Amino acid sequence: MSTAANHSNLALTARNLCVFFGQHQVLKNVSLDIAARSVTAIIGPSGCGKSTFLRALNRMHELVPEARMTGEIRLFGDDIYARHIEPVIVRRRVGMVFQKSNPFPTMSIAENVTVGLRLNGIRDRNILVERTEQSLRMSALWDEVKDRLNAPAISLSGGQQQRLCIARALAVQPEVLLMDEPASALDPLATSKIEDLVQELKKDYTIVIVTHNMQQAARVSDQTAFFYLGELVEFGPTSKIFTSPAQKRTEDYVTGRFG
Amino acid sequence: MQSVTCACAVLVLLPLVLVFYHLVKLGFGSINLGFFTQLPKPVGESGGGMANAIVGTFVLLGQAAAIGVPVGVLGGIYLSEYGSKRLNWWIRFAADILNGVPSITWGIVVYGFLVARELTVFGHVWFHRGFSALAGGVVLGLMMIPLVMRTTEEVLQLVPGGYREAALALGIAKWKTIVQIVLRTALKGIVTGVLLALARIAGETAPLLFTAFGNRFWNHSLTEPIAALPLQIFNYAISPYDDWHRQAWAGALVLLGLVLLVNIGVRFLTRDRFKRNV
Amino acid sequence: MEHLNTELAELKQKLLTMASHAEAAVNEAVRALVDRNYELAIKVNNNDNVIDQLELEVDDMAIHLLSKAPLAGDLRFVMVAMKISTNLERVGDEATKIAKRARDLSEEPPVKISVDLPRMATLALGMLKASLDTFVNRDAAAARAVIPRDKEVDALNKAINNDLADYMVAHPDTVKRCLHLITASKSLERIADHAKNVAEEVVYLCEAQDIRHAGKIGPTTT
Repeated sequence: MSTAANHSNLALTARNLCVFFGQHQVLKNVSLDIAARSVTAIIGPSGCGKSTFLRALNRMHELVPEARMTGEIRLFGDDIYARHIEPVIVRRRVGMVFQKSNPFPTMSIAENVTVGLRLNGIRDRNILVERTEQSLRMSALWDEVKDRLNAPAISLSGGQQQRLCIARALAVQPEVLLMDEPASALDPLATSKIEDLVQELKKDYTIVIVTHNMQQAARVSDQTAFFYLGELVEFGPTSKIFTSPAQKRTEDYVTGRFG
Repeated sequence: MQSVTCACAVLVLLPLVLVFYHLVKLGFGSINLGFFTQLPKPVGESGGGMANAIVGTFVLLGQAAAIGVPVGVLGGIYLSEYGSKRLNWWIRFAADILNGVPSITWGIVVYGFLVARELTVFGHVWFHRGFSALAGGVVLGLMMIPLVMRTTEEVLQLVPGGYREAALALGIAKWKTIVQIVLRTALKGIVTGVLLALARIAGETAPLLFTAFGNRFWNHSLTEPIAALPLQIFNYAISPYDDWHRQAWAGALVLLGLVLLVNIGVRFLTRDRFKRNV
Repeated sequence: MEHLNTELAELKQKLLTMASHAEAAVNEAVRALVDRNYELAIKVNNNDNVIDQLELEVDDMAIHLLSKAPLAGDLRFVMVAMKISTNLERVGDEATKIAKRARDLSEEPPVKISVDLPRMATLALGMLKASLDTFVNRDAAAARAVIPRDKEVDALNKAINNDLADYMVAHPDTVKRCLHLITASKSLERIADHAKNVAEEVVYLCEAQDIRHAGKIGPTTT
């Protein structure tokens, strides 16, 4: 079901990925290629495994007790599940933004942005200041907060908090950014800002976004993967998936006939 | 409905108000500078104070905190962030039981180990026989541990999982996540739990009867008996001397005031502050 | 998604209503021409506004559906419905043109040359009906089969034009009447073109393949 990417560089490749939580198999033999500097959307009904797949890409699914996986995932050629690889290392290369924005409440805006750097040992003030501005500019938040970097992070609106979380993730300079329904808790205006942001970010980052909003997937992504009951049903260019999908299950889901 | 609940709320406040009023009425008159600075006078002489008892209470609470806070907080962290389901269940079970053990039982146990006989380890004498401030500190500390552990755990559980996830997703190691993110977020709650525990044991009298024992003079070493406010109040209250009764009231008022002061002080110290630099 | 399904079905129904009106218009216009029936010609002319009104309604429903952001097959259906309604409205216009020529011809003596307009009409009408059937049945293969039939109609049109041109040269007093016949023939050829367009849209609907202008540019796949 996977298609070769147009870019010569493959950011992430999954081969025969199976994920189990105890006895329950959540992902069944998923194989796909994600091209570098592209946006890939993952769609599917609830319980289809799309969030689990996303989390497998930065080993976050291991936080669930009794989680295990078989198969392989490579990040720019590196096997992220190799024995000697610590999950911490993977997560610095593959960042994640969550559905509910979660800026750390005891920290200011600037502290939130640099927390990933500081707690990983980077203390040089110049670097921190520079990265703060850089990350906030990249997440289109700089102009709104540049005069109050020391204000508490929770004083921002919902949409701003989410962009702050994006800045926080970008500050560690990951290669890939994973987004788990990043706009589902936001109003339409904030949502559209996030979508514009994704289009900007894809110039420098590879983005994988899980969404239950098909119009959003159609607007924002280059490739779309449709998951159902733990399987990858179809994966291809977004325009094809949404105008003429090859699989009937995809067509039925996309036109709202189930799920 | 509203009037019934309002009446009940008033009823709750009533005993507090009555106790306070009584203490102030009967004890305030005996509070003077001498009360805070002088040692108890011998039987028969009037005047004197509870300076040693006040200091003694602080010494005992300090020791109790030194034992109870680290063990309790770290134990609470373990319960909340690590551990297996089964093991944690047993630990919680044990802690809940210990929280219900009568304080006098704690006193007897520590009496048996540290007071009634020498404590020798590998031939070296660790504890001499006899009442000591250390024994008092130990018993209060042991009582604090399950209390602090459970409240710490509950407060940590209240920290939304989203913060942990976000920190881990940034590639921050688990222990750093716990210390720098989770603990920081829960700090106010943990401090509140600690001082609630301290306030509770500040008034414990029964265990101190067997361990600290009380002292009419200044304490010079942790291996000697030490005075404490609750002990002094107890001794004075059951005595036949009116002067001592008045001093007991004053002592009770001071004890209550102490607890109030500690409460207010720590609330002030843990208020939100955001004037930090990057 | 129930309401969306209902609206899609209503759109289809309206389109089919429009189609039956268009087919009837062509049928009656050709009969008026062949039978020299003045009243029938007037009737066709007057009924054109029904088809025009239906086009407005179909397009209105389509826009309304698009605002609900349909995807995949539903999206293609709405686009195709709009295109087909345009083609059907033009078919109605061509039928009106034929009716007008029939009206004018019926007021003058008949021309002595026999041209195979009835056969051309049968072919064009046949294509129209066939392409609309493939739309109802979503039969891409049958739709593809309709498309080459256009060539035959084109050839007939050319032949009729040549015959009439020669006749006009030989009998100059029949020029006006021959010109009417040439116009009618052209309208029938246009009707066949529109039928071909409908068939191409049906192929796109079923297979998501855009086969328009094949031979000039080549087919594109989506």
